[in-house]
Amino acid sequence: MKPSKTLIYDGSFNGFLTAVFVAFDEKINVTDIQKNGQGQNGLFSETETIFTHVEKAKRVWNGIRNKSHNAIANVYFAFLSETEGVELMLYTYIQKLMATTLGKQMDYSDGIVLYIDQLAKKVGREKHRMEAFVRFQLTKDDIYFANIEPDFDVLPLISKHFRNRYADQQWLIYDVKRKYGIYYNLDHVEMVSLNLKEIHFNKIHKSDAFLSEEYDYQTLWNDYFKSTGIKSRINPKLHTQHVPKRYWKYLSEKKEAV
Amino acid sequence: MNFERIREKLNILADAAKYDVSCASSGSDRANKNQGLGNASKMGICHSYTEDGRCISLLKILLTNHCIFDCAYCVTRKSNDVQRAAFKIQEVVDLTINFYRRNYIEGLFLSSGIFKNADYTMERLVAVAKKLREEENFNGYIHLKSIPGASDELMYEAGLYADRLSVNIEVPTISGLKLLAPDKKHEDFTKPMLKVKNEIVRYKAERKIIKSTPKYAPAGQSTQMIVGASGETDKDIMYSAVHYYKNYQMRRVYYSGYVPVADDMRLPAIGSQVPMLRENRLYQTDWLLRFYGFAINEILNKEHPYLDMDVDPKLSWALRNLHHFPVDVNSADKALLARIPGIGMRSVDKILKARRFRKLNWDHLKKIGVALNRAQYFMVCDSRHWERRDLDAEKIKGMILQTSTGKFRNQYSTQLSLFN
Repeated sequence: MKPSKTLIYDGSFNGFLTAVFVAFDEKINVTDIQKNGQGQNGLFSETETIFTHVEKAKRVWNGIRNKSHNAIANVYFAFLSETEGVELMLYTYIQKLMATTLGKQMDYSDGIVLYIDQLAKKVGREKHRMEAFVRFQLTKDDIYFANIEPDFDVLPLISKHFRNRYADQQWLIYDVKRKYGIYYNLDHVEMVSLNLKEIHFNKIHKSDAFLSEEYDYQTLWNDYFKSTGIKSRINPKLHTQHVPKRYWKYLSEKKEAV
Repeated sequence: MNFERIREKLNILADAAKYDVSCASSGSDRANKNQGLGNASKMGICHSYTEDGRCISLLKILLTNHCIFDCAYCVTRKSNDVQRAAFKIQEVVDLTINFYRRNYIEGLFLSSGIFKNADYTMERLVAVAKKLREEENFNGYIHLKSIPGASDELMYEAGLYADRLSVNIEVPTISGLKLLAPDKKHEDFTKPMLKVKNEIVRYKAERKIIKSTPKYAPAGQSTQMIVGASGETDKDIMYSAVHYYKNYQMRRVYYSGYVPVADDMRLPAIGSQVPMLRENRLYQTDWLLRFYGFAINEILNKEHPYLDMDVDPKLSWALRNLHHFPVDVNSADKALLARIPGIGMRSVDKILKARRFRKLNWDHLKKIGVALNRAQYFMVCDSRHWERRDLDAEKIKGMILQTSTGKFRNQYSTQLSLFN
């Protein structure tokens, strides 16, 4: 009989892919894949700790990608959702993908395939929102700084967009919830962790980290936001549908409404 | 920066520009050059939304609201008593760059009232775009308004710097134009449009041979029509839209429910309701034409010059053509699937992929996201349950309306509300 095991990995995406590699390689009957430190052991299954191995992870990555570009994106995006139990779902998803003979086709009538696809879509939506809702504030050190608090861990996904776009300015986007940020130093993007004493919202909570000119531009932007709306068409429901309230505190144009 | 003065101007000139509904930043994939500032995102990004729910993706302003024309529908018309202002070129450039660097916007949408003459105005618009591109190394999105009557040379130059150019037709019929904008000729609108279209075609052809051909208005052209100002029918509007899609290769035609801005005998009075539902139905029709493979005369024709207000145009078409239904989702081709009410193009795509694995039943379709409350009357699937009764169109419509809700329902319902 195949051994029945719970795999424990370090929480990184490469760690997860290594776990998938080990499971396929040793033909393990996987009962669960869990992050290090939050494991709950099943009563009758053994656990095995997986050590992240970049080469192995790469083989899984390439294997999935050769099967379908869409699938590898789905796997990565869904993983970043940090949903509880997503690892096992993804493992099943990869198993199904590898077993299918119908090439690149996705079986949307299958519960797990549809679920992963929808989860990936949610993360994709959050990525797109963050590309839109990041509001940089210019600090006295000439760094464009923004706090965010996304539902999912999307910083790795948005880094390329901001690097390509703001190639001639230093910027830092900091995830308040996950306590790390990405910083572009005019050459490359690096991960940073900060000891942030306060969260820098916007002009209502002024901070001396920013120039007064910064608050002038926020005022102009708030004014613009107001004058570009048409009062006789007002539609608050549609407005909050597009700009959900949980993002408002980081948007200078919505600060007064919070 | 003279902050207070800029602030005042921005308020006046953003307010005057807001009736232009287009704020799209999609369709261009201009890349960041030489470690400069900005790029264009192919799918476009909406950085915020106004309180009426429209996307804010560009800094949409007029260069000036001084205007020599007196078009009845326009808030900046000569005879209207409003505060006037004008930006300097450098002021627009500074605002754009500083908003852009803070990730407020995707770029600039610059329009203008017409001062002196068309060419003089167009020249200023082009100068702003040129300065942004050449002096600031700005690669974000630029949308310029083509000023009606501008010369071919200026239109050519505009396309070299802008991502999108647009001329607003505003009034879909020539007779309506004569009534509401007597100073403007129809040809003034179409001439710059035609020039830009021809240049786009030429650049595209050249690009096939020489890959380094510079971009020319990569996001194409768009136009806008006002709905409900001059008594036109839905048929007039949509046939005119099809004309522009076909003959001028428009990327988009926008429909803007007329917001009353003037006391004028020729127009709906101030305070009358903006025809938002009608606008919505027109957009639905537009989508059916562009993505669902419908021909305009199937939806609007002599017998049906107006769209149904209580049901969407696809459902309305299906009810008039019940002989095409029911469709078997497990065997029908893509074009036919797209015609089932309640099934959108995303669902069509998923159905096509999923049915290679197994025959689909109601449960699968529901999970995929099909709106079964409408679709169930028009399709069969791998289930013994399907609509067997021989229902006529009125009956089906009644049942669908009974089992659904709509945010505009109170606007056309003849049934009295119990608690009002």
